[in-house]
Amino acid sequence: MARTMWDSSVGKKTVMAVSGLIMLLYLVAHMIGNLKIYFGAGEFNHYAHWLRTVGEPFMHYEWTLWLIRIVLVVAVVAHATSAYQLSRRDIKARPSKYVHSKPRASYATRTMRWGGVILGLFIVWHVLDLTTGTVHPGHFQHGHAYQNVVGDFSHWYSNVIYIVAMLALGLHIRHGFWSAAQTLGVGSRARDRALKTVANVLALLLTAGFIAVPVGVMTGVVS
Amino acid sequence: MKLTLRVWRQRDAGAEGAMSTYEVDGISSDMSFLEMLDVLNEQLILSGEDPVAFDHDCREGICGACSLVINGDAHGPERTTTCQLHMRSFQDGDTIDIEPWRAAAFPVIKDLVVDRSAFDRIIQAGGYVTAPTGAAPEAHATPVPKADADFAFEHAECIGCGACVAACPNGAAMLFTSAKVNHLNVLPQGAPERETRVLDMVGQMDAEGFGGCTLTGECATACPKGIPLVSITRMNKEWLRATRKAGKR
Ligand code: HEM
Ligand code: SF4
Ligand code: FES
Repeated sequence: MARTMWDSSVGKKTVMAVSGLIMLLYLVAHMIGNLKIYFGAGEFNHYAHWLRTVGEPFMHYEWTLWLIRIVLVVAVVAHATSAYQLSRRDIKARPSKYVHSKPRASYATRTMRWGGVILGLFIVWHVLDLTTGTVHPGHFQHGHAYQNVVGDFSHWYSNVIYIVAMLALGLHIRHGFWSAAQTLGVGSRARDRALKTVANVLALLLTAGFIAVPVGVMTGVVS
Repeated sequence: MKLTLRVWRQRDAGAEGAMSTYEVDGISSDMSFLEMLDVLNEQLILSGEDPVAFDHDCREGICGACSLVINGDAHGPERTTTCQLHMRSFQDGDTIDIEPWRAAAFPVIKDLVVDRSAFDRIIQAGGYVTAPTGAAPEAHATPVPKADADFAFEHAECIGCGACVAACPNGAAMLFTSAKVNHLNVLPQGAPERETRVLDMVGQMDAEGFGGCTLTGECATACPKGIPLVSITRMNKEWLRATRKAGKR
């Protein structure tokens, strides 16, 4: 069954849809967690610490966190690999363009590929920035998530990177969520409007929720 | 009407093609698009030039042979087949671009004619039912619920023209294949091959070099028979169901 899935264009698209939805689910939780920054360093850092102790005493320190990280890495790799392979196939299937061509499809639909690449680069940057601290512009300290975030967004380019990436995310989800429903065969004429509405609401909430953090630091509400 | 036509001319499959410009005059707005091209071809023949090759057969919107991309739209500006498109959709003095279907799986044979035998092979892979031979069966022997019959009829409308492929930025044949799969998969007559049909037809579609679906919806906008985009969703559902069943066996 795994072979049938991966060898078929419809199957590979299913891999994209499932991995995309896993990432989406994670992002909703991530965004809600981020908003705790508005309740001060104590609460935010306590939350960051809790992330490492979830599941104890059944799980050891950081086990749950690592489990989530593994699932996410698998999802990102599966998603990006299928995206690359499907896109190659699509481009090969349509080698010559029309002389008379018109702009087609919505902006969100047309930007899935380049938007996806932006998101992929962003994911790498984000991990090096706030998880490992490798590219963090300020004084990065493990265990001080709040201070690291404030330090990060005190630099203009961090703000630009995060805000651009989150706008790309919103567009990606706007087309992606609805698409995933079609790929998984749960879309229908009756459900179409509802699915599009949920896609737009998710896109808007995630973008606004994530952007609220750099905006909070920039305006001095979070300091 | 007087028109300027820019037409894709290509000697044969291997040759390089290019757009050639022609003027036609005395076109009536009641002519069909193909009749307008007939006028052009008579003109070309009289002047000793090679007439423009284009596919056509029934000229009444049911065979799916006609296949022109007109000003960037498969079958032109109206939701109909090229043969049912009338010159009243254009204005005197217009310049009209006429190109063949573009897709790797539909190579150009000559001018505006492309090879659509890839569609035949998709049909051969599963677009049939195991028909019992002998006398015609009694009509009430196999009841079909009204909703299913309507669904099957809606998909049976596909004439296999390939406009969906021509319009798709990925040269995908998902709308065509879904129309054929859905038409038969919903009916009791198609039930014995329900799983193999969708797996084999999608497999053949991939093997022919058609692209994948990115749900841009261009296919459904171009389809002269109004096969809707959700047909693809439905085929995906059938494909996943068949894959799950095959996995259990
Ligand atoms: C590694 C970075 C990423 C790349 C390269 C990427 C690329 C793509 C591409 C090319 C598509 C297909 C678009 C289409 O078929 O029209 C897609 C679809 C999708 N993406 Fe991403 N994306 C990335 C990250 C994400 C993230 C972080 C999410 C989380 C929300 C996500 C969610 C989705 C969903 C739900 C779909 C729809 C799948 C479907 O069409 O069935 N993607 N992505
Ligand atoms: S689905 Fe529509 S556009 Fe595609 S082949 Fe059938 S009739 Fe033509
Ligand atoms: S010529 Fe038969 S559909 Fe146009």
